[in-house]
Amino acid sequence: MRKLALSDELLLSIEKPARYIGGEVNAVYKDAQKVAVRFAMCFPDVYEIGMSHLGIQILYDMFNQREDVWCERVYSPWVDLDRVMRERHIPLFALESQDPIRDFDFLGITLQYEMCYTNILQILDLSGIPLEASERDWGCPIVIGGGPCAYNPEPIAEFFDLFYIGEGETVYDDLLELYKTCRKEAVSRREFLRRAAQIPGIYAPLFYETTYREDGTIASFTPTEDGIPSVIEKQVQSDMTNAPYPEAPVVPYIKVTQDRVVLEIQRGCIRGCRFCQAGMLYRPTRERSLEVLKQHASRMLENTGHEEISLSSLSSSDYSDLAGIVTYLIDEFQGRNINICLPSLRIDAFSLDVMSKVQDVKKSSLTFAPEAGSQRMRDVINKGLTEEVILEGAAEAFHGGWNKVKLYFMLGLPLEEEADRKDIAHLAEKIAATYYEEVPKDQRQGRCQITVSTSFFVPKPFTPFQWARMYTPGDYLGFAKTVNHEIKAMKNQKSIRYNWHQADETVLEGVFARGDRRIGAVIKEAYRQGALFDAWTEQWNYERWLQAFQTAGVDLDFYTLRERAEDEIFPWDFIHIGVTKNFLWREWQKAHRAEVTPNCRQQCSGCGAARYKSGVCMEQRAAQGGEAE
Amino acid sequence: MKVRVKFSKYGIMKFIGHLDVMRYFQKAMRRAGIDIAFTEGMSPHMIMSFAQPLGVGLTSDGEYMDIEVRTPMSSEEAIRRLNQAGAEGITVTEWKQIPEDKGSKAMTLVAAADYELRFRKGFAPKLDWQSNISHFFAQQSIPVIKKTKKGEREVDIRPFLYEMYVNAGTVYFKLAAGSEANLKPELVMDAYLATQGLEAQPFAYEIHRRELYADIGKDGKRKLVALGALGEDVPCA
Repeated sequence: MRKLALSDELLLSIEKPARYIGGEVNAVYKDAQKVAVRFAMCFPDVYEIGMSHLGIQILYDMFNQREDVWCERVYSPWVDLDRVMRERHIPLFALESQDPIRDFDFLGITLQYEMCYTNILQILDLSGIPLEASERDWGCPIVIGGGPCAYNPEPIAEFFDLFYIGEGETVYDDLLELYKTCRKEAVSRREFLRRAAQIPGIYAPLFYETTYREDGTIASFTPTEDGIPSVIEKQVQSDMTNAPYPEAPVVPYIKVTQDRVVLEIQRGCIRGCRFCQAGMLYRPTRERSLEVLKQHASRMLENTGHEEISLSSLSSSDYSDLAGIVTYLIDEFQGRNINICLPSLRIDAFSLDVMSKVQDVKKSSLTFAPEAGSQRMRDVINKGLTEEVILEGAAEAFHGGWNKVKLYFMLGLPLEEEADRKDIAHLAEKIAATYYEEVPKDQRQGRCQITVSTSFFVPKPFTPFQWARMYTPGDYLGFAKTVNHEIKAMKNQKSIRYNWHQADETVLEGVFARGDRRIGAVIKEAYRQGALFDAWTEQWNYERWLQAFQTAGVDLDFYTLRERAEDEIFPWDFIHIGVTKNFLWREWQKAHRAEVTPNCRQQCSGCGAARYKSGVCMEQRAAQGGEAE
Repeated sequence: MKVRVKFSKYGIMKFIGHLDVMRYFQKAMRRAGIDIAFTEGMSPHMIMSFAQPLGVGLTSDGEYMDIEVRTPMSSEEAIRRLNQAGAEGITVTEWKQIPEDKGSKAMTLVAAADYELRFRKGFAPKLDWQSNISHFFAQQSIPVIKKTKKGEREVDIRPFLYEMYVNAGTVYFKLAAGSEANLKPELVMDAYLATQGLEAQPFAYEIHRRELYADIGKDGKRKLVALGALGEDVPCA
């Protein structure tokens, strides 16, 4: 029988003990004595969230394909177990071996959202690893971060030995080999980090120094030693079709958020929405071939026994053979009672047709993401979606039998005015009116149900909006109030429901997203005061954070309320993602003129991602005969 | 074809609750390539029903579920496939064809269960707690206070206690089970310890279910047979 780190009586006294026992189908077990490197892969949130993440499953599989590496998983213990582990000094352990994390060679932490930052400290703390990287010796694993938030690692730089900037499929092998060599040569930990910093895409914060101007902005960011690169290049997996993909992902016992086979059809997005960080970070857009997708789909379903499969991408409708993959899934799997999920589809005749085949029209709802209420604002954010297209799509959907529509918008966008906010209500009203005009009374299933949801916009690094200011929580709630009032004044207001998000969380997310090294002290202070699981409403405490800013002597407004100047040095400027700062600035200027930029397939805009010579950039070149960047 | 599957649950699987065991088997059936039947309608689900849920923390050698398969498979083949596709902690031990009629459903038939109970390491009472079990069992009635939503109520559990004895620190029970009357071993043990002036700490018991039975006796005379004994092995074609 497998050993467990926690006693039976402890496991029986906490919520969902299955979070902590491992042993799931397709979990990988190896002999710890026979591997050279033990890697603990962490998602700093609760098991059900972490297990739903595709990136970890890819790396878990990729690492474990190597005979000399055993990669295991670790997630944040929920607050009930957290308390007991602190009281009884139980060290944090990996799910598979149940061995303490502290004894591992690497602790890899994926950074998917800013609100998990205090959970990183929890993971280190419970593992018995010093929070500050500078205090660690060879008795601690190498703590390495990756994922979207690693593109501005500065607020959490002091907690990490290394960051991996880019897609995990590319240089991990080099890093693991270097580690083995360094341990064999018995070099110092610092020397290992120094050598690691020379691998493309690897950032070792220890070897860099920031100086500040009197106004608080950055004066310089420079390496402190010779041989340390001043620029870190994003790593890109150029050939998606032959990239590693987990054919036998781990199957959790308990229900997790993403309880299905996930098929990543492409990476990146051709659209260039100006608010969207993923759309810039993952350029160039690269597709997996239809043939390999078919193979992955059937093998993954066979190996997991999942009853559902979902496409994954930023914009599935842009996959060049969408009809091919969707038809295959329906023909092959629907007869075997496997549900097919088709998220992020543009609403048109084709998508409505396939959706009516895979879901119960009466029960399901259609989702539109206009993101902004007025056409002017949609041009500002470069969301190439017109009111005409939305209303046509809605009319078509209503004729197809749907009567539930979900609409997603953002509030607090740069250049947004009162009238734009009110237009959110007007657009919802037009959609509701379309229903009553298009569907005769005797064919209606009661009222239509329009659900309007708004989130508050957070400017992110590496987007054209990285120069934009944010607002105060009071301002944000005022924006939501405007929308709410206007919806209440609509003729069909009874068919429209409105939800909005918390405002103070948005502000903190904004600080973390564009923060610098000085924010680390605030995170540490808030953690000491008990902040944890900040992404969970029931754990969230804004007052505690405000207090932490005060104690750490950091001015929150500096990070949020200030519009940045063209020449400001951003904390993340030393990272190069292909897309240039020049291009982003041009886009920021075009936003001011409400000018749209065509998508990558229509016309190359020279963003800079073509230097990776892959995906859509190569299509362009084939078609246009080699246009310069 | 209707099939009764018997399985054991042990090791770390004891922390997996009943609903998750159902989910586990739904996925295991697909991995094993069992051609299981689905219900009709807009959201079809596998035809699969469990005899009696097992609480979190308990292990068992006597779990049963009834399923319906569209393509028959031999017992040997099905057991091999399910165990190959399974996780450590669940072992399928029987695959038996059962009659088609509704009255033969495991969930309806279950009438009694065997349990073993021992104290978790370090949780046994210091004093002798074993000697008086036979006296306790010999009583004509065993009143216990049952807490319900409406308050407390005294019930006599003796009619539902069919067997109870101790051997080398393990207490063996045969208890009424199912929808009509269901007696839990920890309740009986608590009642016994109380008569000895003892009280177990929380999570002190380690409980193992050995078997589930149907009652095929007539005229009020109890005759228990294991649920699996009501079906027939499916031979290789």
